[in-house]
Amino acid sequence: MPPPYIYIERNGIGRFLSAKQNPGVSRMMNVIWLAMIGIGILSAAFHGNMDAINQAVITNTQEAVVFAIGLTGIMSVWLGLMKVAEKSGLIHQIGKAVSPIMRILFPEVPENHPAMTSIMMNMIANMFGAGNSATALGIKAMEQLQQLNPYKERAMNAMCMFLVINMSSVQLIPLSVLKIRADAGSANPSEIIGTSLIATIASTAAGILACKIMERK
Amino acid sequence: MVGILYYISIAMIPAMITIILAYGAIKRVNLYDAFVEGAAEGFQSAVRIMPYLVAIFLAIGIFRDSGALDNFIEILSPITYRLGIPSEILPLAIMRPVSGSGALGIVNDLIQTYGPDSFIGRVASTMMGSAETILYTMAVYFGAVGIKNGRHTLGAALFSHLVSMIASIVICRIVFLQG
Repeated sequence: MPPPYIYIERNGIGRFLSAKQNPGVSRMMNVIWLAMIGIGILSAAFHGNMDAINQAVITNTQEAVVFAIGLTGIMSVWLGLMKVAEKSGLIHQIGKAVSPIMRILFPEVPENHPAMTSIMMNMIANMFGAGNSATALGIKAMEQLQQLNPYKERAMNAMCMFLVINMSSVQLIPLSVLKIRADAGSANPSEIIGTSLIATIASTAAGILACKIMERK
Repeated sequence: MVGILYYISIAMIPAMITIILAYGAIKRVNLYDAFVEGAAEGFQSAVRIMPYLVAIFLAIGIFRDSGALDNFIEILSPITYRLGIPSEILPLAIMRPVSGSGALGIVNDLIQTYGPDSFIGRVASTMMGSAETILYTMAVYFGAVGIKNGRHTLGAALFSHLVSMIASIVICRIVFLQG
């Protein structure tokens, strides 16, 4: 049995964290991961299609590796461009410009920190549907935030906020949906842009609010 | 309006690249060297997220392909029906945070079956455009820096997703079904 409390020292000040705050413990992800696999295998046994599992084990993990490798190119492009922007001072300039808004969402990030710029650029890429560029910039932002994080295996508030905003989608034009609608002969394929945008704004606001409330615990 | 937005979408990344390189050139940065220096880290980042991606793709694949996801939807459907989510839409609402390509497949099916300009078709399109995959995004971003405890991220993201689903239905009702 692990102890229910752990002792952590930071900046010379020691304090106890409850098991709930214990860095490096994520029960929720653990439970979900096990549940998905366990229920999946049981379900396959029940339906008598065990072979689906064998297929899933091979093809899905292969997809994961192909995806990660595929990301390498665009990742390198943005890391290269960010290095150029860093040396020219552009990152500093953008950071200064977006600081006032970002401070509200990410109070833990110091003014002019390069993470602000990466977060901003990730959001811009997301808005315009450049998914892979957004992912590359987002990973860069996470790496920069990690430097500020006192507990390296436990997400800091700014990381949670950044991910929640990211996952509530801020894409202005859902191109893939428009294409499906146009192909199916819609009289007005783009009529859903407005409704999507309103729904996105509602869900992003809800996510930000939920984060701000839940992070106090 | 749509045409303009579409054009801006396409032009955005080239514009960002141009601004970064032009500003670098004005400030007399050695562009090529700086780019290569930064790009060298790209491979490490991709390798670092790989185990997390494999873990999450494995779980999603087993859960989906075994038929467990369909059973899950069947069990949930009477509950969500009371929340005002039409049962035709439910598979999409559940698939959306799990897998982007899977969700797009469902949208395609719904639009083929009910028509792009039907209520179901419009709600499905709106949902697809207003939400994002959750599990995979968390795996990539947290995996990249080795975060194991995401704290309230998943809870807040799922709540945000639920709001997006309900908002899609309510907004489509107001916009497309007036009178």
